[in-house]
Amino acid sequence: MSDILALIVAKYNFWLYIILMMIGLYAMIAKNNLMKKLVGMNIFQTAIILFYVSIGYKHGATLPIIQGGHGGHSAHDVVIHAADYINPLPHVLMLTAIVVSVATFGVAMALCVRIYQRYQTLEEDELRMRVSERITHE
Amino acid sequence: MNNMPAILVLAPLLGAFFAGLAAWIQKQLSYYIALAALAVSCVAAVSVLADVITSGTMQYRMAGWAPPMGIELRIDLLNAMVLVLISVIAFVNLVASVQNVAREIPDRAPSFYVMYLLFVVGLTGVTATGDLFNLYVLIEITSLTSYALIALGDKDRAPLAALNYIFIGVIGASFYLLGVGYLYITTGSLNMADVAVILTGIQGSTAVLTAFILCILGVWIKMALFPLHVWLPNAYAFAPVGFARVVAPLMTKVMVYVMVRLMVTVFGMEYIFETLHLADAVVWLAVIAILAGAFTALFQKDLKKMLAYIIVCEIGYMVGGAWLGNTLGMTGAILHILNDGLMTFALFLALGNIIYMRRQTVFSDLSGLFAAMPWTMAGFVLAGLSIIGVPPTCGFFSKWYLVLGAFEAGAYHFAAALIISSLVCAVLFFKVFEICFFAPAPGAQGHHVPGNPQPPHDIHTAGNLQPSHGHHAAGHAGAVVMAEAPVSMLAALGLVSASIIAAGVYAGTIVDTIILPFLQ
Repeated sequence: MSDILALIVAKYNFWLYIILMMIGLYAMIAKNNLMKKLVGMNIFQTAIILFYVSIGYKHGATLPIIQGGHGGHSAHDVVIHAADYINPLPHVLMLTAIVVSVATFGVAMALCVRIYQRYQTLEEDELRMRVSERITHE
Repeated sequence: MNNMPAILVLAPLLGAFFAGLAAWIQKQLSYYIALAALAVSCVAAVSVLADVITSGTMQYRMAGWAPPMGIELRIDLLNAMVLVLISVIAFVNLVASVQNVAREIPDRAPSFYVMYLLFVVGLTGVTATGDLFNLYVLIEITSLTSYALIALGDKDRAPLAALNYIFIGVIGASFYLLGVGYLYITTGSLNMADVAVILTGIQGSTAVLTAFILCILGVWIKMALFPLHVWLPNAYAFAPVGFARVVAPLMTKVMVYVMVRLMVTVFGMEYIFETLHLADAVVWLAVIAILAGAFTALFQKDLKKMLAYIIVCEIGYMVGGAWLGNTLGMTGAILHILNDGLMTFALFLALGNIIYMRRQTVFSDLSGLFAAMPWTMAGFVLAGLSIIGVPPTCGFFSKWYLVLGAFEAGAYHFAAALIISSLVCAVLFFKVFEICFFAPAPGAQGHHVPGNPQPPHDIHTAGNLQPSHGHHAAGHAGAVVMAEAPVSMLAALGLVSASIIAAGVYAGTIVDTIILPFLQ
C-alpha cells in the first residue's frame, strides 16, 4: 500500500494530468449538452498541456534566462549549468499547442452557433430528434 | 541549396494569404491564385520526386537551423511519392470542382479556396516534415481546415457532422501529442531520425511502449480504422462535394502514410515485430475493419455513404498490410496508398459530376445514368472495377501484394478478408451499375414498354417525359437526355481514369524504383 502511495506522490504530475484528462473525456462522452462537451474537450487538451509544462520542470532550477548575459560580459563568459535552468522547450511547444486548442475551440463554438440557429437547441437528444424529423419530412 | 521542398509547402501557404486578400478586389481572383499556387506546388513535388529518385534522400533545413535543434523537411522516396499524389490530386480537383463550388457555396467561394489551400499546406507539411511535433501541428492545421470546410456543406446536417468530427479528431490528435511527449521524455529529441537512433538503445522501456501505443492510437483515430471510424461517413457525405473529392482520397491516406512513417522510420520494424507482440491483434483488427466496412457499405442506400464506407474498408487493407511484418505486405500497403488515392479520387469525381447534374445520390435517383452521363459512368465503372481489383487496373496489383504478404506471414484470415471484401465490393458496384443501367429513368416508366428494349435516344423521343422532381433542371428532366457534366469535370475524370490504368501497368516499375529501395 505504501509503495503505491510513494509511487503516486513521486509522479504526482502524471496522476494529475490523467485525472484531468479523464474528467474531460467523461464530459465529452457523457454530457448531453454540446457546450458542456466542448468544455470537456478543452479540459482534455489542457491536461496534456499541463503534462508538457510539468516535464520541463527541475527541482531548484530557475527561469531559462541567463543572468548577466548582456552588458559588460558576453554570454560566453558566464558558466552555464543546464541543471540550473528549467527546460524551456516543452513550454515553447505548448505555446503552439495552446494556439491549436484555442483555434479548435473557436471553430467548434462557431459550429455550435450554426447548429443553434438551425435547430434552436444544443441538447444532443433533441437535436437527434429534430434532425430525424427533418429527414422524414423530406 | 535546393529550395524545392520548402516551395512545395510554402506555395499554397502564400497562395492562401494572397487569395484571401484578392477576394477583396475581385472574387474570381482568389480561384486563379489558388490554381497558380497549387500548380507551383505540383511542379515542385514532381521535381523533388525526380531528384530523390536520382540522388537519394533530401534533407532541407528550415531557416538553416541544423537538426536535431532545427526543424527539417526530410524527403525520401516514400514521401516524395505521397507528395506528388497530394499536390496533383489537389490541383486536378481544383480544376474539376470550380463549378461545383460556384453552385454549392456561391457566397463563400473565396473562403473555400483559402481554406482549401491551407488544407493542402497541412497535408504536404505532414508528409514532408521530419519532426514529430511539427507533424502534430500540421495534422491539426489539416484537421481544422477540414472541420471548417465540412461545415460548409449540407445546411441541415453538415455542422453537426463536423462537430462530431471535431470531438473525435481532438481526441486522436491529443493522443498523438501525448505519445510525442513520452518520446520526448525518453529521448530528449523531436527529430524523427534522431529519435530513431536514440530508441535503438532503449527498446525495452515501458515509456517507449506507451509512446508507441498512444501515437499509433491517435493516428488510427485520424485515419478512421474500424471501431474508431464513426466520424467519417457523415462528415464526408455531408461535406461540399468540391471538398469531399479531395478529403476522401487524401486525408485518410496521408494518415496511413504517417503510420508507416512512424513504424518504419521512428520506431523501426524490429522493435514493432520482435520486441512487441501486437502484430497478430492488429491484423485481426484490420480483418474486422475490412469486413465491417464492406458489409456496412452493402446496406447503404445513398451513393455518398456507400463510398464513405468503402474508404473505411480500404483503410483496413492498408493497416493490415503494414502490420503483416514482411516486405510484401508493407509493399502492398504503400502501393495501396497511391492506388487507393487515385481510385477514391476517381469515384468521388464521378460522384461530384452526378451531384452536379442530378443533385441527388440516393440509389433510387440514379436510374438512367448510363444513358444520360456515359463518360462519367465510364470513369465510375473503371474506378469501381479497380476497387474490386480487376487485373488491368491498379487496384489489382496492390491487392496482389497484400494477398502474397498475407500468405507469407501465414495470416490466412487476412487473405480471406481481402477476397471476401473484393466479392462484396463486386456485389456493391454491380448493384449500382444495374440501377444506373437497367432501371427505367424517373418518369419514364409509363412510356417504356417492358420487354421491348429500346436504345436510350428512342426513349427520349418517345414522348413527353415529366420531371419526377420539381427541383431538377428542365434540361435533364427525363434523365435519358444526354446531360453530361461540364468538360472540365470530364477531363479531370478522364485523366484520373487513365492514371488508374497507368498505375496498374507500371505497378512493377513503381515497386522497383520507389517502394523496395525505400524499404531497404
